[in-house]
Amino acid sequence: MRQFEREQGLVAPLDRANVDTDLIIPKQFLKSIKRTGFGVNLFDELRYLDEGYPGQDASQRPLNPDFVLNQPRYQGASVLLARRNFGCGSSREHAPWALEDFGFRVVIAPSFADIFYNNAFKNGILLVPLDEDTVDRLFKAVEANEGYRLDVDLENQRVTTPEGEIIEFEVDAFRKHCLLNGLDDIGITLQDEDAIRAFEEKHRVARPWLFRDKAPA
Amino acid sequence: MAGQTLYDKLWSQHLVKERDDGTALIYIDRQLLHEVTSPQAFEGLRLANRKPWRLDANLATPDHNVPTTVIERAEGNAGIKDPVSLIQVQTLDDNCAAFGIEEFKINDARQGIVHVVGPEQGATLPGMTVVCGDSHTATHGAFAALAHGIGTSEVEHVLATQCLLAQKMKNMQVRVEGELGTGVTAKDVVLAIIGRIGTAGGTGYAIEFAGSAIQSLSMEGRMTVCNMAIEAGARVGLIAVDDTTIDYLAERPYAPTAEQWDAAVADWRNLVSDADAAFDKVVEIDAASIEPQVSWGTSPEMVTGISGEVPDPADAADDTVQRSYTRALEYMGLAPKQKITDIRLDKVFIGSCTNSRIEDLREAAKVAKGKKVASSIQLAMVVPGSGLVKRQAEAEGLDKIFTEAGFEWREPGCSMCLAMNADKLGAGEHCASTSNRNFEGRQGYGGRTHLVSPAMAAAAAIAGHFVDVRQLDAQPTAQEA
Ligand code: SF4
Repeated sequence: MRQFEREQGLVAPLDRANVDTDLIIPKQFLKSIKRTGFGVNLFDELRYLDEGYPGQDASQRPLNPDFVLNQPRYQGASVLLARRNFGCGSSREHAPWALEDFGFRVVIAPSFADIFYNNAFKNGILLVPLDEDTVDRLFKAVEANEGYRLDVDLENQRVTTPEGEIIEFEVDAFRKHCLLNGLDDIGITLQDEDAIRAFEEKHRVARPWLFRDKAPA
Repeated sequence: MAGQTLYDKLWSQHLVKERDDGTALIYIDRQLLHEVTSPQAFEGLRLANRKPWRLDANLATPDHNVPTTVIERAEGNAGIKDPVSLIQVQTLDDNCAAFGIEEFKINDARQGIVHVVGPEQGATLPGMTVVCGDSHTATHGAFAALAHGIGTSEVEHVLATQCLLAQKMKNMQVRVEGELGTGVTAKDVVLAIIGRIGTAGGTGYAIEFAGSAIQSLSMEGRMTVCNMAIEAGARVGLIAVDDTTIDYLAERPYAPTAEQWDAAVADWRNLVSDADAAFDKVVEIDAASIEPQVSWGTSPEMVTGISGEVPDPADAADDTVQRSYTRALEYMGLAPKQKITDIRLDKVFIGSCTNSRIEDLREAAKVAKGKKVASSIQLAMVVPGSGLVKRQAEAEGLDKIFTEAGFEWREPGCSMCLAMNADKLGAGEHCASTSNRNFEGRQGYGGRTHLVSPAMAAAAAIAGHFVDVRQLDAQPTAQEA
């Protein structure tokens, strides 16, 4: 997994609550069997004026000029600012794959949906939950100041604004550790292989019906 | 010491290891796999030179991408016209063959939507931990199984380690007490719950659905309720074990038999919350107050009763809500204060992991019997959840009732629930759908989804607009007559 320590990046404001994973990456793009290449279809229905399909030449598609990520001032943004319950809906990991492929490393919102939260961290994206009022203030600041950047420091769990204001945020210790070190959690879990085997044996004795070595005829 | 909730019991029965930082490893008894969220996980295993930990814990079936017309299905994988979808289904077949995982392939009678197939086969059992790379995995919680929807990295993690990294959730109980009115179904109950607590109301919680109205539901109904826990933000939905659960499982192909069955049943009887268990949050709903529900917006919480109207954004509680209401009405092409019964429909979809089981089809058939789909409806389709549901429905003559009324009778799969195959809405079309998500574009680019129960969908197909199913005079189906 890609490591994350600190991101000093341009902020793009997506002023919407309940941004669902269908909106982040529509289903027609889930047919890919790869993990990469989803960035051009991030927010496809908002970003383009036509209907997208896999394998299209995106450079020929009409862009929606009103959509925030199409505006010149937000080109190169790596921090996405959004409203509450970001990432709700399906479990598709294609959503963080698309955000990451597009270039986002951080999403700031008042709250995130559970499955998306897990998926994002596993792909090197830091999610920063801040209270509604703070998020609201950031929206106003981003909109008022072209080139607005935030400094997001995972080690110290702080966001620093251009005015020098420091905003602290929460992140759970295990995810922070994995992200800071770019660790693959399968490898970490397999360090506990013996504990898993021991549990499995106990479990098999207690509830043998959960184990069947053959499929029913 | 306070008693344990059902969730607490399931958690502690599967806890392998707890770390100081609050994360834990929990052992997974069953993983269900499908073609959309598994290819990258298998690829990851290959790249790291890893093998699945325990083959018999896995069961796979293609569902999201499969075509549903009889002609296409006759050809098996070769009938999948979209080359990209074909690759995905083929990749699942190849991965299952290469790693030795059992799969119900496209034309196996047992193929279907994973969340219909698992329970139907008895591959979902009480007391199990179940995962699937699909957010509607909460469905299996209807059997008092701890079921989590997971992402692809987690699919790979479970394949490789038989464990999931998790954090213990908080406990919420949603009690629905009293008797449901006639014509009010499990779908209406869960939509009403979501309308009440909101799409983020359950975030961070495992929700246990309880109360006399929940206990009175069949297993099919309970699955409908747990299925949509995720639409209330909860990854996990649960219902305690009782006779209904045990009767449903007896003699299912993957269920235990003989002495093992007796031992299992004795164990399952403990899968209820203790009387003195403490919940972090309790929500109570009066069953009698629930009427048939219809969603009007682009989030499942934007829902109201059939006698209601579309809200006026001007009355919204705060700015964020007001903006989302305005945006939703614009997308849905609806006016503030428009009556729900005045919403006209173009298409009707009866299916999905929420409502494609035999009981759902019976309820819809009851309404459709001897009637005709309105001429203004371009397409009304019924898509059974599995090959076995289809067979059962045909044995009961339900397919005839539907086709005589003008519905199309299809082969099993996810179909228009997410429109990954050819079944989809056109821009601006309104659809009465028994699925679970009404997000923008969910059922097709620009499509407008209204979530309803199977009976309400059938009634809407016949009237051409929403009607109160309680005011129709339902005909008994052949089975009951
Ligand atoms: S029926 Fe719909 S919600 Fe259910 S698994 Fe299939 S696509 Fe997902």
